[in-house]
Amino acid sequence: MELTRRDTLVAAAGTGVSVGGVALSIAHSEPGREVSGSASTAGAGKGVDEGLPAMFVAVARAIYPDRVEGIGELVRTYVAEQFGADGEKVEFRRTATRETARELDELAATRHDASVVDLDPETVSTLLREVGADVAEPDPSGTFAQRLRLYVVNELHYALYTSPTGGKLVGIENPIGHPGGARSYKRGPSA
Amino acid sequence: MSGSSGDAGSDSAGGAGNGSGDGADRRPSKGADVCVIGSGPAGTLIANELAGKGHDVVVLEAGPRFDFDSRPERMERAIRPSHSNDSVWGMGGERDAFSASGERYYPLNAARAKGVGGSTLRWQGMVMRLHEADFERRTRDGVGADWPLSYGDLQPYYARAERELGVAGAADNPFAPPREQPAPLPAFDPSYSDAIFAEACERLGVTTHSVSNARNSESYDGRSACVGYGTCQPVCPSGAKYDASTHAEKAERKGGRVIDRAPVQRLETDASGTRVERAIYATPDGEHSQKARQFVVACGGVETPRLLLLSESEDHPEGLANSSGAVGKYFMDHLFAGTGGTLDRETGQNHIGFITSETHQFYDEPGQGTNGAGGGIPAWEGNGRKGDLGPIKLEFLNYAGPSPVGSALGSEQWGDELLSSLRSEYGGHIAMGGLVGQLPRAEHRIALDRSTTDDQGNPVPDIQWSIDDRTKRTLERANGIQRAILEELGVDISWSVGPAETGPAYHHMGTTRMGTDPATSVVDARLRTHDVANLTLASSSVFPTSGAMNPTLTIAALALKAAAHLDRDL
Ligand SMILES: Cc1cc2nc3c(=O)[nH]c(=O)nc-3n(C[C@H](O)[C@H](O)[C@H](O)COP(=O)(O)OP(=O)(O)OC[C@H]3O[C@@H](n4cnc5c(N)ncnc54)[C@H](O)[C@@H]3O)c2cc1C
Ligand code: SF4
Repeated sequence: MELTRRDTLVAAAGTGVSVGGVALSIAHSEPGREVSGSASTAGAGKGVDEGLPAMFVAVARAIYPDRVEGIGELVRTYVAEQFGADGEKVEFRRTATRETARELDELAATRHDASVVDLDPETVSTLLREVGADVAEPDPSGTFAQRLRLYVVNELHYALYTSPTGGKLVGIENPIGHPGGARSYKRGPSA
Repeated sequence: MSGSSGDAGSDSAGGAGNGSGDGADRRPSKGADVCVIGSGPAGTLIANELAGKGHDVVVLEAGPRFDFDSRPERMERAIRPSHSNDSVWGMGGERDAFSASGERYYPLNAARAKGVGGSTLRWQGMVMRLHEADFERRTRDGVGADWPLSYGDLQPYYARAERELGVAGAADNPFAPPREQPAPLPAFDPSYSDAIFAEACERLGVTTHSVSNARNSESYDGRSACVGYGTCQPVCPSGAKYDASTHAEKAERKGGRVIDRAPVQRLETDASGTRVERAIYATPDGEHSQKARQFVVACGGVETPRLLLLSESEDHPEGLANSSGAVGKYFMDHLFAGTGGTLDRETGQNHIGFITSETHQFYDEPGQGTNGAGGGIPAWEGNGRKGDLGPIKLEFLNYAGPSPVGSALGSEQWGDELLSSLRSEYGGHIAMGGLVGQLPRAEHRIALDRSTTDDQGNPVPDIQWSIDDRTKRTLERANGIQRAILEELGVDISWSVGPAETGPAYHHMGTTRMGTDPATSVVDARLRTHDVANLTLASSSVFPTSGAMNPTLTIAALALKAAAHLDRDL
């Protein structure tokens, strides 16, 4: 299943900062119709260096279902929206996420003599499990596994499963966290 | 730590500590006509009404002013499991410390929010009128107390409240009390699962109908139509769900002032002891005192009695306006009853975060049996006395079972394995909820715990609460009706919430009860305290009994009525 540009925008709008207007304009647009927005920021937003999106893409390839296509664009747009803005909170989150990503990369270097972005998805998945990111409770001041769970794994799950494509994979047209309008709830599963 | 400090930075009010640094002027207003304490729906509706009539109004609010643009981020906090739901609106910490020494624990900070907009920031937005019988529980059933006013007295104010809040509703509820005009917005259509329920209910002779929502089915009052984020409780990022920040802003546009981060410490009376002279309030910049001709305490059903108790003085040794001794007593909440399970077909849950159908058939007649073409609900086999059961409000949920994102964030799997779990988990969940009300009992109360203090050094509220037998019986009855409906549908029932598992619905009622007799009640039918002439209490704390309808429309109606009285006085 392919992620549309609308998915990536919406995933970011649903979570990012100062995007209330964007969220609404998307909500009112029909599926498939192009929406105006900041998709052109995909790749690198303010204060987001290339390292972070690349790392997120590598992890997404390991933890997203095989059927998801267009992972690169989803993740880059999401990261740009999430971390590209100004503000104390975004800065805190950006720093914490970068720090966690750096630790993960160091671990990859120690165990595989390579950066996470150069590892194949299976190896990344195994590395994450070896650390315990699959079973860890997310906690910003917790262990490396807990921070990895919070800042990387759950960040990516949030991006996917609040998007219409993630929703559709599961069988829900308008997933929680996505402003998909007040119509689909009436229609039932076949719609 | 201040309970609001978790929010510093994202709110326009800026940081805490010495000096707020946000440039806001928190000094008292000179020559204020009215000082309103608390900016939930009760306080802001009154402030807006009186500002609109040209009166000089100042609102003192304990919590911060939240930035609307921070809502998407609050939604994320609500969905992601590393945050507690209470942190979405910055609840917790020393500011919000409390005790719960009763038989049952009461989770107070899950049950309120502090900030401009009050608890409606995180509410669900279900708005119903009480039934005529709710005002006459003593006369009709021989239990509880009568209200000193009737449904008819409140009816015009209910209609106004519906317009103020922007209620989406229809006239298809045959059990509702009489209405004078349609709701201002069309009701939300029934959901896919409502239709599944409706068929089974019809076979059993149970009538389902639409439900009123303080939520825009179309854009209204400058706010967006519902866009289906599905996170209504605790935050609506679009503003489609009503919250009282709307009326705070309206009051300000009419010249009123709303001062945030200004918790009132106590009210002081004049030399005669019969009039409040000033409210003493703390701010990040130090303590101030606000004078006014009229004072309105609208701090919710826990903080309203607490503020009166904290305002004890030589003239009012048991607390302000407490010559009856009733301040803090008769605390009531509604209790949740639920039953759910799975069907072997998809039910389309979790698209939206609100309810679109209910049945109020068992509200006035909770024990009645029903008959339909395919059977019926058996009548209650209790002792059959009037008042043996309380009213029951039954809901058909649109959010049964886990949401995919919620499950994904908590799962130990990922990739295809996770997806296949999510697919099998999502699908056939179906459930009913419901509310039942408690009767007033003096021993259920809000008292001061003098052994523990909050960030201002004031004794914290102690919630002494438990659940009585009538409420337990009514919960059992609600479960029985729910079970019968779900069985008729062929649901594989996997859970139920009854007397043992139940929890409160976060509706704080009864703690400054309304009545005609100053010896047994705190306020009169216009919400003015019997003891203190210029003091009005606007809150569900004035409800003599609880009914089983969500309280806020009634709070709003009473507030609008009180505002009309105050306008005449000023
Ligand atoms: C999760 C949840 C869901 C709910 N769902 C529904 C629903 O669907 N339908 C319904 O009818 N009701 C619902 N409620 C209840 C509803 O929110 C309340 O009935 C309503 O908000 C009460 O309005 P109020 O103005 O009396 O008090 P509040 O809204 O609680 O506002 C009181 C304000 O006073 C301030 N305050 C307190 N003490 C002081 C002080 N000393 N000085 C200055 N300010 C002070 C507080 O900070 C607060 O902002 C829900 C509540 C919760 C928590
Ligand atoms: S479902 Fe509607 S009311 Fe609820 S949060 Fe979404 S937009 Fe707001």
